[in-house]
Amino acid sequence: MSYIADIIDVAVIGGGHAGCEAALAAARMGMKTVLFAISLDSIAMMPCNPSIGGSSKGHLVREIDALGGEMGKNIDKTYIQTKMLNTAKGPAVYSLRAQADKVQYQLEMKHTLEKTENLRIRQDEIIELIVQDNMIKGVKTNGNSIYECKTVILCTGTYLKARCLYGDTITECGPNHLMAATKLSQCLKDLGIQLYRFKTGTPARMNKNSIDFSKMQPQYGDDNVVPFSFENTPEDIKRNQVLCWLTYTNEQTHDIIKQNLHRSPMYSGVIEGTGPRYCPSIEDKVVRFADKQRHQLFIEPEGENTEEMYIQGMSSSLPEDVQIAMYRTIPGLEHCEMTRNAYAIEYDCIDATQLKISLEFKNIKGLFSAGQFNGSSGYEEAAAQGLIAGINAVKYIKGESPIILKRSDAYIGVLIDDLVTKGTKEPYRMMTSRAEYRLLLRQDNADQRLTPLGYELGLISQQRYQHFLQKQQQVTEEIKRVSNVIIAPSEVVEELLQKYNSTPIHTGIRLSELMKRPELDYQKLAVLDTERPELPFAMQEQVNIQIKYEGYIKQQLKQVEQFQKMEKKLLPEDLDYSTIKGLRIEAQQKLNAIRPVSLGHASRITGVSPADLSVLLIYMEQQKART
Amino acid sequence: MKGVRLDDTIAAISTGGMGAIGIVRMSGGDCIALADKIFKGKKNISLLQKKSHTISYGNIIDNRTNDIIDEVLVTVMKAPNTYTKEDIVEINCHGGIIVMQKVLEIILNNGARLAEPGEFTKRSFLNGRIDLSQAEAVIDLIQSKTDISRQSAMNQLEGRLHKKVSDMRSRLLDMIASIEAVIDYPEHDIEEDTYQTMEQKTTKMIEEMEELLKTADRGKVIREGIQTVIIGKPNVGKSSLLNWFLEEERAIVTDIPGTTRDTVEEYINIEGIPIKIVDTAGIHETGDIVEKIGVEKSKNYAEKADLILLILDASCHLEQEDKEILNFIKDKKTIILLNKIDLEQKITKEMLIQYTQNVEVINISVKQNIGLEQLVQQLKKLFFEGKAISAEDGLLGNVRHKNALYQAKEAMEKALTTIITHMPEDFISMDLQVANIALGEITGDCVDEEIIDRIFTKFCLGK
Repeated sequence: MSYIADIIDVAVIGGGHAGCEAALAAARMGMKTVLFAISLDSIAMMPCNPSIGGSSKGHLVREIDALGGEMGKNIDKTYIQTKMLNTAKGPAVYSLRAQADKVQYQLEMKHTLEKTENLRIRQDEIIELIVQDNMIKGVKTNGNSIYECKTVILCTGTYLKARCLYGDTITECGPNHLMAATKLSQCLKDLGIQLYRFKTGTPARMNKNSIDFSKMQPQYGDDNVVPFSFENTPEDIKRNQVLCWLTYTNEQTHDIIKQNLHRSPMYSGVIEGTGPRYCPSIEDKVVRFADKQRHQLFIEPEGENTEEMYIQGMSSSLPEDVQIAMYRTIPGLEHCEMTRNAYAIEYDCIDATQLKISLEFKNIKGLFSAGQFNGSSGYEEAAAQGLIAGINAVKYIKGESPIILKRSDAYIGVLIDDLVTKGTKEPYRMMTSRAEYRLLLRQDNADQRLTPLGYELGLISQQRYQHFLQKQQQVTEEIKRVSNVIIAPSEVVEELLQKYNSTPIHTGIRLSELMKRPELDYQKLAVLDTERPELPFAMQEQVNIQIKYEGYIKQQLKQVEQFQKMEKKLLPEDLDYSTIKGLRIEAQQKLNAIRPVSLGHASRITGVSPADLSVLLIYMEQQKART
Repeated sequence: MKGVRLDDTIAAISTGGMGAIGIVRMSGGDCIALADKIFKGKKNISLLQKKSHTISYGNIIDNRTNDIIDEVLVTVMKAPNTYTKEDIVEINCHGGIIVMQKVLEIILNNGARLAEPGEFTKRSFLNGRIDLSQAEAVIDLIQSKTDISRQSAMNQLEGRLHKKVSDMRSRLLDMIASIEAVIDYPEHDIEEDTYQTMEQKTTKMIEEMEELLKTADRGKVIREGIQTVIIGKPNVGKSSLLNWFLEEERAIVTDIPGTTRDTVEEYINIEGIPIKIVDTAGIHETGDIVEKIGVEKSKNYAEKADLILLILDASCHLEQEDKEILNFIKDKKTIILLNKIDLEQKITKEMLIQYTQNVEVINISVKQNIGLEQLVQQLKKLFFEGKAISAEDGLLGNVRHKNALYQAKEAMEKALTTIITHMPEDFISMDLQVANIALGEITGDCVDEEIIDRIFTKFCLGK
């Protein structure tokens, strides 16, 4: 017999990275929220790599933090090594990445959830969504309790009908031998939601004591720590860092793999799911890039209170005996003792074109979804969607319009726009090359882009907002000051320019102009700038980038201006495109399926031509004139 | 990225008048400032200082080379009292279509965009100038014109240009993928292009683009022109007419024999109008059975042509076969030539009246040189009234490609500077991507997922 356990606002299904952000955002915005997880000990678990951030993913974490999410703060508390990547490649692609203490990361996040007002966490499996008249009414647990609610956020990650495979061993379980969620899929199908099957995988873990590190190259963290969260200063989070290690596969490794390919479920056809090109198994690498003589492997600690090491670069679904043999061909791993074997995992997910850009299902009011369930891959991608789904669930309850980040606002905007507009045929990974305005979407200015919105939503505290405004003002003032400083030719100047191989000056020149020379920057010219105020590194960086790359930034701003015009031409939600004369049939069908929010959004749908857009534009004008 | 831009500067040739005078029209954005950059007035007054709806006399200058291109009248009309309700500049050229094209090219090189089919009308509508009831006509115009340009684009793509540009794009994509792969996977041992290699590759591509632009100039008249087909029964004078065109030395550019088995294509240029004539002379030569096939073939050629010159022998009676062809050409753009009017006339204009509601009929005698001047005038009229449709689209299609190639080259030159000054790779990639998009406009490839696809094809990446 079922019973009504509670009446709440938001039910979050799943306690992974998406679920945590969704639940926290909803609760912090004042909604009575319950987060359900199959095991509360797996909250914010990192079942694969022990790190947060990296190229473009680091941008996402920064943006999550700028909006008032938790991931940045949590990794700042629990990192054990940190690095700014790509520092030679240009400011748009500087990327922060940190190794996490996995268990610590989980505990901190769980504790944060527990301490948050309006939020309850509950260990239970949701087996059914209660929907009436295409509107969410509640959820039902495996224990037959019913929670009546106004919205549900699906963050089921890789748990739906999950099965793990290696060799011919198939286990009906989620990651890390956790229980799979076997019942919800059928309910979703009954509600008319189309499910797909995706696949991903993870490498083995080894006991550190069995590894010979003398045969590997050490990988150090940065001395100058940059926090993920804009709330922290480098001093706040400074601590001792651990080492990671680099080693390589070799011909012998590849031979073993080739000889045993037929024993991999990927190649024997047992796995039906579509895997990502972004993290191929070692089998895939060896087959697809047959002439590559070695593949690099990073050996990374899983935490400070464990001896387990993660073997990055070598995920596999080969049988255990083959795994042991192949790992033991690696220099330093000759005597390795496996603690957990590598495996592939298959799970149910959706094609996200079934969602609106708010992450709400088009056909079921109040039902939202986020994370790997939407076809993405990665902790950061999941967290970013979770945050937005959480915010928009609240907006829905309040009867307000959803928050939609544009492609020119944030990587989060690019991520969600791509997912719901184009869908994905394989797990979707964020990449900097997907962001067309990336010079504006830098990790250093995420606060500038998003913190005012976070404050408006109530996710950023008054104190933090004031601090932010102050920072902005100081940066603006410093840019203005630097632009007015004139450097006159002198011996000191001459010497400095010579040192950096820069052309000498013969007349006075603005400091800002000197900064624009590729070989110079704000820091290098410090000695010539006697009046310079002492600013924190983050602000100096802002000043430097904004002056140095002014030309390129302006160029992108101009492109964004064009882009915005199209985004502002809104399309009505209930428009029946098949009634619009002049649209080609293909365009009518695609538009009716995707239901774009704006003309700009429509322009990104494959199969909609520029001529179709013109027709839409004219149609809209016609409507406007008629009303 | 595809999209509809709403208020940038657009430009196009608008062949409103007859004869050698034509108008290049611009609307929106900074069109007056743009015109000012390429116009040198006799009175040396900047166009920016001109009052609305005034005409200035002067020269159009190619501001890359400082060459004088044409003597023109420039009309400046300021918003909102214009056709599009935007600023409009009209340049009246005197030097014929080729010169007009050159003027258009210079305008495009200075930052304007070639107007989409029907775009002036569209803007006029969107800015509230045109009545609501006309909206559907605008939609029809956009879709139908787009189909025509798409067709003409397809034809052009079959050529050498397409292959060359595709090949260049592929190398460009490789370069971009190399940079992007390293950025997205910073710690992978990916073989990076050195600055030196990038410099070499970029320089080589710039050279190739320059070479391609040069051939585009040389081959312009060769590849463009009104597709004109001469049809008619055997011995009505098809070849004589063609020979007359050629012998009159009306600026023959070249001849390419037999692109199809049984036709000859000739390219002529009549007072600045490029015309490509397909002579179906060979069609009927193999006996009785072929008579039927001959008619079919004539129809096939006529189907593809912009303009049909149907020759009838005025000294013979109208036969069933003639009638069939006449029926067929009813809806086509046709000039009927009644040849051999120096002989006893068995067919007259009046007799053709049921077929000729939309068709011009001219009495000629190729042999006696009668009526041929009238034919030339009629050709010009059709062209400048824009009635031979793909004359316009064909020409513009090529200007579009050339413009895209210029843009690509400019972006590559910018990339080269970025490389030489050792700016970070990210900026190099930005420039290269601009070039890639421009080349994609020529080949018609979708840029969307391409770079990412290339990254994963080329490099072994992932955790």
